Amino acid sequence: MPDGLPTEIDLTRPSAARVYDYFLGGAHNFEIDRQLAEQIASMTPNLAATMRSGREFLRRAVRVLLDAGIDQFLDIGSGIPTVGNVHEVAQAANPKARVVYVDIDPVAVAHSRELLAGNDLTGVIHADLREPERILAETRQLGLIDFSRPMGILLAGVVHFVPDADHPDAILATLRAAAAPGSFLVISHSTFEDQPQEMLDAQRLSARTDTEIALRSRAQVTGFFGDWTVLEPGVVHMPLWRPDSPSDVDEHPERFGAFGGVARYDQPAG
Amino acid sequence: MAAVGDPIGADVGRGGAEGYAADWARAVRRLGFVPLSAAETERLLLAHTVRLAQAVRTEPFTARPAEEVGRALVEAHLTEPRALEWSLRALGTDFPRRVLAADGWPADLTERIAAVQGGLAAGYARALRDRTFAQQERIARSAWQARDEVEQALRDSEARFRAVFTGAAIGIGIAGVDGQIIDVNQAFADMLGYSIEELCRINVAALFHADDAAGMWELYQQLIEGKQDAARVEKRYHRKDGSVVWTDLAVSLIRHDDGRPRFTVAMIEDITERYELQQRLRFQALHDPLTGLPNRTLFFETLGRVLDAAAAADRRVGVCFLDLDGFKAINDSLGHDLGDRLLVMIGRRLAECVADHGHLVARMGGDEFVILVDGGEDAVAVAKTALAAVAAPVHVGDQQLAVSASVGIVECPVAETSASELMKAADTTLYWAKAAGRGRWAVYDPERSARDMARAALVAGLPAALERGEFVLHYQPIVSLLEGRMLAVEALVRWKHPELGLIGPDRFIGLAEETGLIVGLGEWVLRTACRDAERWWREFPDARLVVSVNLAARQADDPAIVDTVADALATSGLPEELLQLELTESAVMGSAGEPLRSLHRLADLGVRLAVDDFGTGYSNLAYLRRLPIHCLKLAGPFVEGIRADGTDVAADHRDERIVDALVRLAHALELWVTAEAVETGVQAERLRALRCDTGQGRYFGAPSPAETITARLRGGAA
Repeated sequence: MPDGLPTEIDLTRPSAARVYDYFLGGAHNFEIDRQLAEQIASMTPNLAATMRSGREFLRRAVRVLLDAGIDQFLDIGSGIPTVGNVHEVAQAANPKARVVYVDIDPVAVAHSRELLAGNDLTGVIHADLREPERILAETRQLGLIDFSRPMGILLAGVVHFVPDADHPDAILATLRAAAAPGSFLVISHSTFEDQPQEMLDAQRLSARTDTEIALRSRAQVTGFFGDWTVLEPGVVHMPLWRPDSPSDVDEHPERFGAFGGVARYDQPAG
Repeated sequence: MAAVGDPIGADVGRGGAEGYAADWARAVRRLGFVPLSAAETERLLLAHTVRLAQAVRTEPFTARPAEEVGRALVEAHLTEPRALEWSLRALGTDFPRRVLAADGWPADLTERIAAVQGGLAAGYARALRDRTFAQQERIARSAWQARDEVEQALRDSEARFRAVFTGAAIGIGIAGVDGQIIDVNQAFADMLGYSIEELCRINVAALFHADDAAGMWELYQQLIEGKQDAARVEKRYHRKDGSVVWTDLAVSLIRHDDGRPRFTVAMIEDITERYELQQRLRFQALHDPLTGLPNRTLFFETLGRVLDAAAAADRRVGVCFLDLDGFKAINDSLGHDLGDRLLVMIGRRLAECVADHGHLVARMGGDEFVILVDGGEDAVAVAKTALAAVAAPVHVGDQQLAVSASVGIVECPVAETSASELMKAADTTLYWAKAAGRGRWAVYDPERSARDMARAALVAGLPAALERGEFVLHYQPIVSLLEGRMLAVEALVRWKHPELGLIGPDRFIGLAEETGLIVGLGEWVLRTACRDAERWWREFPDARLVVSVNLAARQADDPAIVDTVADALATSGLPEELLQLELTESAVMGSAGEPLRSLHRLADLGVRLAVDDFGTGYSNLAYLRRLPIHCLKLAGPFVEGIRADGTDVAADHRDERIVDALVRLAHALELWVTAEAVETGVQAERLRALRCDTGQGRYFGAPSPAETITARLRGGAA
């Protein structure tokens, strides 16, 4: 067993990945997950919408990366890839696009492997974001991603599961350092900025899954991109990030309580 | 994805369908998650709108396409219940009006719309049920698979640990807190000579060994009570076959998650060889390699143990310190090889003769052995046995040797001594025994030791005393028996000791002679006496008082003595004929067995020479005749014998005849005779009758300070 990963599968505890699947309308979940999901939803009616918003942000971001010519993706914290997954979005645009999914939840990993069986351009790694070297090493071992070429590193709704004590800045730095110039980094991350109290209360509930959420400021989230060039419109509430149409943005884009942003690694001048 | 490319029928109002689809798309995107962009959603729903419109109009009517649309909605993940509600309601309210041209309405439109609603709902429900079943199935399978993987990993991990456990060279055993052995590996079983199965039926308490370190089982008790987490000891185990294995044992406690003790894990390593090597090294460190006897270190360890253990009890301890007589001579004459063999034999004899009594015999080094007499047995008896054992003839090579030894014995209550005190006393006592002659034993006498020590202290103080001027001279008159006039005085040295008061020469002259300090002290006496005598001569020239100074053998033997005497005379200005030097018979004869070389040169200076204590030593009359002697001083015992107090008249007469003979002899040799120790008037009278020339003793005056002599001279002159 890799260090830091669970050595037992406890189906009596809810899993973040399965709760997320439920919020997206999936049935890849158990009673215990649905109970928690309903409990969270009853306190914050926005939450299901937040998760859908996060999924839409990811879809839009992947599209932007595809348009920029990116054809290999490392999706860390992918959860249960039900619908609207990166490989679906990417391979719809470019059938040769390669995707490596990484998740800490062994059930999510097993499910992903089953779902992706027969798709030779995808791979699944069971690992913890807190061990970025291990993720990079195993990704290299899979041989799907060419690290000498630009890639897209996707961290959708996952960095907020890493507490400050585990040095998320260092983790991000490690991941960025592995990427070739021209690569992109996509992050969505929960925040306390512009949020009502019930949102902040609800995040405490999430402690009942194996992971607790660390809400961070826009500045902190921006910091995760390091010296990479943050694309327009910057680190913003998710619906504001390059919406499909202006009508997709309502009057309260902040209600989803999460920032989204994309940055590119530009070759240093000279 | 849906059939987006469906041609839009001419009978369908295109603008109406597009508007309807746009509203529909907006609604589903608002109500639930749609994994498509707005345009994609709209395109998809436009196709479904057209399809539904065609279905309503197609003859004969069937709701089947509506079922397919329902299924397609689920497949496109438009599964939000409120989105379905919106879709069905819109079909009933807006759809005919907005999508179907009014002139194209079939007669049974209401029934057809209801059927389309029903069909869509049925298709949707069936698809949703299928999808839910599939997803539930898949997630459950994934969960089980993940669990299998974890379990497989655990099994792999367990197999690895099992392999370590099984194959380890170190013995590993697991026991419950009740001590029941649960599992052991082969190495553990092999070390103890049991099978694994046999050991698993045993309780660890059965592995007790009588020699287990003190406190070891208490430690184990603390371990299983959770007060300790690990313990490490060297432990001996009985193997099944009865032999013994020494192990390095490390026991650790394994706890339940809540901290309660659960198992103990023991790891043992066979250290028998290492232990035996240690024992061998320890034996070597504690035994004499030549004789195999315990050495000095072990002796002192044992003695310390005896003293510690018995300190409380009213027990006694004895030590016999034995040293061969003249071993150096044996070694020198017969060689070290034979000397060593002799020591081995003596060592063996000593060990054998006391072994039955359990006494420890150790070789302290060289030819010194020591017997520790434990338990209040008679140490003298042990010493006698040891001396007898040594004394039996020894055959070494083709030599038969008669060996003897001396023994110093110390025996005292344990509570009153320490190892160092005991051995110091034994050493002293051995010295006494040696001094008394060969083949003897001596018992420690604290009073004698105290005297020895006092003497030693005096010796140590002598040089400083001489420097500080702590010595004084007293003078004893030597009086003419014929006319009663004081002819001479004998200079006698006294020590004004700052703590002990005035000390007579008997207590320190012997020491001064042993240490050689007599030379310096004697010179001081000589010069002081000459100075005093010169003063008397100047003040009372007619008295012609002679001063008589004792010359110790070592002093007389010193080649510088002639110069010293000459210088003392010259410095003081004393006429040489007023100085008399007293030498004992042995001093006159010198250490070389012939008369002192300097005797004639001293006589040549013009000083008088007297033989002190005449008649007690080696009196070679032939020499006496030729030597430049002027005077004989008769030793005290002859004079004492003529006290005539009537106890033994016959003896009196014998002594008187001896004195008579000596006086005649002296006179025949033209020597003066002085009688010492004259105590009474009767003695003086008799001596005078025997024609003895001068007398000295209490009767004529005790030794006294120079002033007293001066006063007496003044009185005599007056």
